[in-house]
Amino acid sequence: MANPVESQIKPYTMNFGPQHPAAHGVLRLVLEMDGEIVERADPHIGLLHRGTEKLIEYKTYIQAMPYFDRLDYVSPMSEEHSFVLAAEKLLGITPPKRAQHIRVLFAELTRILNHLLNVTTFAMDVGALTPALWGFEERELLMEFYERVSGARMHANYFRVGGVHQDLPAGMLDDIEVYAAKFEKFVDDVEGLLTANRIFKQRLVDIGIVSGDEALAWGFTGPVLRASGIPWDLRKAQPYDTYAEYDFDVAVGKTGDCYARYLVRVEEMRQSNRIVQQAVAKLRQTPGAVKVDDRKIAPPPRGDMKRSMESLIHHFKLYTEGYHVPAGETYTATESPKGEFGVYLVSDGSNRPYRCKIRPTGIAHLQGVDFMSRGHMLADAVAIIGSIDVVFGEIDR
Amino acid sequence: MNEETLQALGAKIAAALPGAVTGTEVQNGELVVRTTREGLLQTLTVLRDDAGCRCTQLVDITAVDWPSKPERFEVNYMLLSVSKNLRARVKVTTDEDTPVPSCVPLFPAAGWYERETWDMFGVFFAGHPDLRRILTDYGFEGHPLRKDFPLTGYVEVRYDDEQKRVVYEPVKLTQDFRAFDFMSPWEAMTDVQLPGDEKAVIPLGASLRDGSVKK
Repeated sequence: MANPVESQIKPYTMNFGPQHPAAHGVLRLVLEMDGEIVERADPHIGLLHRGTEKLIEYKTYIQAMPYFDRLDYVSPMSEEHSFVLAAEKLLGITPPKRAQHIRVLFAELTRILNHLLNVTTFAMDVGALTPALWGFEERELLMEFYERVSGARMHANYFRVGGVHQDLPAGMLDDIEVYAAKFEKFVDDVEGLLTANRIFKQRLVDIGIVSGDEALAWGFTGPVLRASGIPWDLRKAQPYDTYAEYDFDVAVGKTGDCYARYLVRVEEMRQSNRIVQQAVAKLRQTPGAVKVDDRKIAPPPRGDMKRSMESLIHHFKLYTEGYHVPAGETYTATESPKGEFGVYLVSDGSNRPYRCKIRPTGIAHLQGVDFMSRGHMLADAVAIIGSIDVVFGEIDR
Repeated sequence: MNEETLQALGAKIAAALPGAVTGTEVQNGELVVRTTREGLLQTLTVLRDDAGCRCTQLVDITAVDWPSKPERFEVNYMLLSVSKNLRARVKVTTDEDTPVPSCVPLFPAAGWYERETWDMFGVFFAGHPDLRRILTDYGFEGHPLRKDFPLTGYVEVRYDDEQKRVVYEPVKLTQDFRAFDFMSPWEAMTDVQLPGDEKAVIPLGASLRDGSVKK
């Protein structure tokens, strides 16, 4: 070494993504590095921006529904849930009990769907490949349920303002019951691979610690907030649909690190499975309609349209003009698998939303990557991104 | 939380901030606090620190564009109190040129929310540490969620094989953009008297089919 003064390492800037398998989509992360240590992380988002909010302003309320599936494409029905609840609030309608139970059932199946992807790909980010292979197989079974109610594996467009599109097909509840009975074993298997795994713990424990106060100040919600020790769950605190009738526990972490976030998600899968089993039992005892009995909002049955002129007119008007929503505004949020997914809906009394602001869950978490990854190694930044569960469909909108 | 409690809370907040809060109301069971640009930070501080609110979490910031109003942008701050299980929405209005004070010193989460509002609406936040565009492309011009910004935008991108790069061109629509007017003519004509309509009106005192008398 010639001169110790001249051999100082200059901090350099590194580009992480937008095409990187551990970036969970199209994240471009500009990292200022001091050797292997992250000094500053500047996430650049918007590479998947499609102008969803603007498009919704030009669509009727029914036409706006499919956009929500495409926001967080890992948990489509949970996104629909916020929108239908917001529109129902403005319209002042309550869907029938059976429809509410179906929505709870599918919101929870969606939570499992989402956490399966997150937990297993998170493991893949830090080097474990097997859980991802198992998880995708399991996810395929859940997507089959999606397909059976809506016809589509992912972009379901199943929830409707005033209920759901169709009742469950025959035999579906039995199959969900069989699935739910086996699911606990699957979670045990995944946990057997990961929870006590020495390498997995070395990569996660004490990485990206977030205190409870920090989590609140940075707007964190969902599993990331709960992992920091704040027992906050909208399903318990501000129950929507029939969540108040269900018996489940809220998983809360202690340490607020990546490992706690993993543990919270695993426990949430078990709790969701409990809700699914209860929902199946409740649905068996709750026959009836799955849409509000208001022809101005819900379409008439197909059979009626063959005989009744009025039904035909209703059907035509509903699918061309849609329904007019009374002027007003609401911010309605649900506990989506990733956290608080809110819809701020402003209506001017016409058949199209005047403004539909979508509050994505991931944007707050991704903003926190900067303070979470400072002082950590580059590989830990990957673990942090995996642990906050980002999907760019919803962040970029 | 029921409506009366929210109304009482709103009145309490308004009383605590006589100059800053211009009105409170409960809309669809949600507490709305209207404030001025000058009083915004004070209002947010009270909502955050007051023992009755404890809205420690800023969930979102967004704007709504009302081009016909003198101050066209209505900026909304969604607040959430985890300890009191309470939501509040703070509203402040502004126009294209007048900045709104940034609330990043109060809520660090506001950083990206304000960037997004700036990007989408062009609402300027004074004192923001890093007010860059966030969702739109590098070098984008305009603010897409303004009502006078066309849905199709102004430019489109394509990969140019000769120049070996992505080029920007003015938008060319193969089909005209169609906007439908859904204000139904039938519903709009309920108070119009067409020739012959007077025959359908039943005069007072006439006996009706079911035996009663028209009142």
